[in-house]
Amino acid sequence: MRASLALHLGLVAVLFALNFVLPAYAHGNIARVMTLAVYAIGYNIAFGYTGLLSLGHAMFFAAGMYGAGLLLRFTDAGAVAAFGVALACGAGLALVTGLLALRTAGVSFMIVTLMFSQACALAILYFAEYTRGDEGFVIAAASRVVAGHDLGDAQVRYLAAWALFSAAFLFSLWLVNRPMGKVLVAIRENEPRARLLGYDTFRLKLGALVISGMVSAASGAGYGLFFGYAGASFAGVQYSIFPLLWVLLGGAGTVIGPFLGTLFMFYLIDLSSGITDAYMLIAGVALIGLTLFAPQGIAGELRRRAWRGLP
Amino acid sequence: MDFGPHLMLALLEGAVLAAVLALMASGLSLVFGVMRVVNVAHGEFYMLGAVVAWAVADLVGGGPAVGFIAALILAPLIVGGLAAAADMTILKRIDYDPERTIVATIGLLYVIQQLTLMGYGPEARPVAPPFNTRIALPWIEWGAGGPSVYFPWGLSTTSYKLFVIGAAAALILAIRLVLLHSKAGLVMRATQLDSEMATAFGIPVERVYAAVFGVGAGLAALAGVLIVPIQQAHYLMGGEALLLSFIVVIIGGLGSLTGTIVAAVLIGMSDGIISVFFSPTLAKILATLLVALVLVFRPQGLFGARER
Repeated sequence: MRASLALHLGLVAVLFALNFVLPAYAHGNIARVMTLAVYAIGYNIAFGYTGLLSLGHAMFFAAGMYGAGLLLRFTDAGAVAAFGVALACGAGLALVTGLLALRTAGVSFMIVTLMFSQACALAILYFAEYTRGDEGFVIAAASRVVAGHDLGDAQVRYLAAWALFSAAFLFSLWLVNRPMGKVLVAIRENEPRARLLGYDTFRLKLGALVISGMVSAASGAGYGLFFGYAGASFAGVQYSIFPLLWVLLGGAGTVIGPFLGTLFMFYLIDLSSGITDAYMLIAGVALIGLTLFAPQGIAGELRRRAWRGLP
Repeated sequence: MDFGPHLMLALLEGAVLAAVLALMASGLSLVFGVMRVVNVAHGEFYMLGAVVAWAVADLVGGGPAVGFIAALILAPLIVGGLAAAADMTILKRIDYDPERTIVATIGLLYVIQQLTLMGYGPEARPVAPPFNTRIALPWIEWGAGGPSVYFPWGLSTTSYKLFVIGAAAALILAIRLVLLHSKAGLVMRATQLDSEMATAFGIPVERVYAAVFGVGAGLAALAGVLIVPIQQAHYLMGGEALLLSFIVVIIGGLGSLTGTIVAAVLIGMSDGIISVFFSPTLAKILATLLVALVLVFRPQGLFGARER
């Protein structure tokens, strides 16, 4: 327990220290990776710990991004209020989706979430009058200010992304060490038996999905606020596949895995897009390779070979 | 044009879509029925069919008819062979685990799509139809002097579109006959009912799986070849086709071929009608939500009788 706490707090501290040493390009990249890793952390709560393989998490990410973005575009509510609204949007959408989709399981659950997410992406296109459809809209720099600090500034942005990441990261560590986290794992491993033990598995799964949707929305809102843009491509199928890929690569059902996966994949795609336009090829090859050779991911392999207690 | 001719035109366009969808979704349904896995890369096999059709028609000279017939034969064979190879190298090794298969076929989807982008490029390219006579359609007007037949402007179809409908119907009939009355169909149905028992009776289940996966992809490729003279071949065309065939297969009941065909007609026709009279985006939103709700409240689909 103490070793794991040291590892996770250590990562948070290292990321904080990197703010002062990284060169400009890597500095911006790590800020992006930390923001996206929050999305992966959210996805991991549903997929890694509860076993809910959703193919529609982009709708939660987009709910956060558009919840915050549209509020800032049409009102002068301020960035903090927009972030709060974004969380509420993500949690609300996850609640509605969960109430319907959790009536199904396995393959049907994937398809239902995929369909809901598709309907959300189409809705963003349909209301192009407000959302500007495919083109997206820029979130004005004047509205992206928290307590006098401009989120567009590289230093502030890095620290804000770091704060968001640390909060989500430590929250997920706390969650999985609580009794609820253990029950979620029990549901993943054997749902009928968890029900037999007297747990209301539907409500627990719904709770996990709502938390997952809210964390994903936090990432979406953060991405919109830090980088100043909201677009329909973030609601597409591709953005539902990405967190699955990151979590699988890093290690599903581990706290540190989502960050490792996001970091690796981000740099893999960043490097390969210098060589070819078809960078999604890397994602495809990685998905096939992972299912074939390392279904546990990086942190999963680590847990299997070296450190059995890794949370 | 009046409402009547408009509706007839919408129905005709819908019927073409329904025919292609029925063919493609039959492949998806066959794979799910026998192997109990969902093939997310199915849309890409459809796209590959269209792209291979373009390549074959481009390589084979001698007029559009020769090129088209060559494509009709070669494309399903090539795509089916590729799919069978993918089955043996990937799906077999993960033991057809339903969830891991989905992840692996998502990977396959991106590999096929991006390789096509690299090899074929981002352009949309047409294939000339083998024949394409315009057929004007009559409409009956109830005027003051009794009924009279006339040909409204714009109400027409082409012989090729009618051929697509006929060809798809014939192919689907052929699949049914093969499944119900041939040795190969018997083996497939036995594998579907109980693969362990089938193994005990000496059926090479793994080879049956590879063949079924190949045939399923081949059907998608055939649909792609048939559509390419109407819609151009493009490396992203698989996504929407995949979503539509998912919808069809779910509404019809996963694994039920009859249900799949009925649903294809239903979805194709309503898509034709809705997109003529309403906004296509709104129509798609409603259709998607409707399908999700069907799956939530009637998981076995409208025609499926599978126990859960």
